[in-house]
Amino acid sequence: MSMTFAEKILAKYAGEKKVAPGQIVTVHPDHLLTHDNTAAIIQKIPNELDKYGVYSKSLSIIVIDHVVPAASEKTASNHKAIRDFVKKYNIENFFDVGTGICHQVVVEKGFAPPGTLLLGSDSHTCSYGAVGAFSSGIDRTEAASLMLTGETWLKVPNSIKMTLNGKLPPGVFAKDLVLHIIGDISASGANYCSVEYHGDVEQFSIADRFTIANMGVEMGAKNSVFAVDKVTTNYLKSIGMPSSAYDLIYPDEDASYVQELIYDVSEIDPVVACPHAVDNVKTVSEIEGLEIQQCLIGTCTNGRLSDLKIAADILKGKKISSGVRLLVLPASKTIYEAALRTGIIQTLVESGAIILPTGCGPCLGAHQGVLAPGERCISTANRNFKGRMGCKEAEIYLASPATVAVSALYGKITDPRGEMKK
Amino acid sequence: MKVWKYKDDINTDMLFPGKYTYTCSTAEEIKPHLLEDLDSSFSENVSKGDLIFAGKNFGCGSSREQPVVGLKAVGIRAVVAESFARIFYRAAINQGLVLIECPDAVRAYSGDVDVELDVDNGKIVVDGKVFSFPKLPDEIIAIRNAGGLLPYTRSKLKEKYKSYS
Repeated sequence: MSMTFAEKILAKYAGEKKVAPGQIVTVHPDHLLTHDNTAAIIQKIPNELDKYGVYSKSLSIIVIDHVVPAASEKTASNHKAIRDFVKKYNIENFFDVGTGICHQVVVEKGFAPPGTLLLGSDSHTCSYGAVGAFSSGIDRTEAASLMLTGETWLKVPNSIKMTLNGKLPPGVFAKDLVLHIIGDISASGANYCSVEYHGDVEQFSIADRFTIANMGVEMGAKNSVFAVDKVTTNYLKSIGMPSSAYDLIYPDEDASYVQELIYDVSEIDPVVACPHAVDNVKTVSEIEGLEIQQCLIGTCTNGRLSDLKIAADILKGKKISSGVRLLVLPASKTIYEAALRTGIIQTLVESGAIILPTGCGPCLGAHQGVLAPGERCISTANRNFKGRMGCKEAEIYLASPATVAVSALYGKITDPRGEMKK
Repeated sequence: MKVWKYKDDINTDMLFPGKYTYTCSTAEEIKPHLLEDLDSSFSENVSKGDLIFAGKNFGCGSSREQPVVGLKAVGIRAVVAESFARIFYRAAINQGLVLIECPDAVRAYSGDVDVELDVDNGKIVVDGKVFSFPKLPDEIIAIRNAGGLLPYTRSKLKEKYKSYS
């Protein structure tokens, strides 16, 4: 009866004792996440909503975060349509402009307890494996269907066991680790699979695990997950969730994996994903000195307090290079407030950073920091696809907050370890 | 019928740039921007019944469904690839767009050769060579046969509420 995490949780939601990879199960997820795309989703089903209403007013979590505040009449009208929908159907879990990036809000507000199942019309929904939930991205049409019926089908995925041994060296972060893995196994290396992290994972905070789980989709994964440990329970306690409030689901020791990968994380260097693919990974030293015009610290991948603090510690009392724009977006209002209280925001602003509203900002190229042809940006985001930041003749390099902050200081891509030793 | 051939890791930003994600949602709005950053000749020259052949991991990246909606709307008969990214694969089922995972057929296609496709019988003929691909599970076929997920959901809802009345 041995099962992986994904098999156990899907068996639970399918009401079966045992499920096997490849099997199709019908599930009722605990929550459905949608964001600015809620407007397009409800436009697909106006008659059905009129006739049948929503399946449940507590199923949806709606966060307006992608283009905030609205950048045009069209995006403003979308936001308005969402607010009207929320009011009309008494949607319980609605978070308007300024609350934060949807994935951060879901975890921070306690919507993804360990052992729960969430689906969302955003590819980075896979982030909630950071706190032991099973979560995965779907498209808008499926989100519309879920709003009406509360159910969908899932194929039980094969699982990959990713064992992380050793300790990350100074100056090397969770982002470097996950980019290193993606560079190794490729952007399709975990296609359709559930990725389970094992080994010396207690060194990774929830923020680190969030970064790693978030990037799961960039290796093709259906979900990625860290089993609940002391780090998880302490974090959940800090947001007001006692351990009696959730189910503990652990993979069996003799569970069967389609692939087992082992990494010695003490051997990893700071890395960057070079244009135009997330798996085009090189060490910072290989491309050091490349001039950049824009730096971005934030997004659902790296906009948490510890990320902003790493940048502030590096930039304290210094000025960023004159030819560079440094954009910083706290991932939520809660993080923004903590960064204000602890002086992080002041340090960043004094160093020359521009603080943008909490949200997705320029990550998807819609507004707030679009690039010009020939420009280069180094970013803590999760994608560097051609055109991603609004211009197909621009280049995006993905890196850790430390590498981005140090690069802002010098106006060129720079290994953070030298500066961090000073 | 034309075959459009693309490489590995064609992502959803190439298929439909992210900057339009919150301003274009209908098929008519999507069509002119389809594959804009990948192949600017596509949207003007694509015709109903065309096929796309691609390498590994087609459709990786964002969960945006505009690429699928757009490819279906311009009449792409099927995308044949070595492999697909999972959200894209689900989105295609939900829109009734035919995706065929068949690495051997993709490798056999060298351009300017005849291609014949028989979806129902799981066969594709490339340059005279026959390749087969596995049948989809019944649950998925039911969605496709209904014309996509929303028509499928509508009929299920009708049935559910009929039994209440």
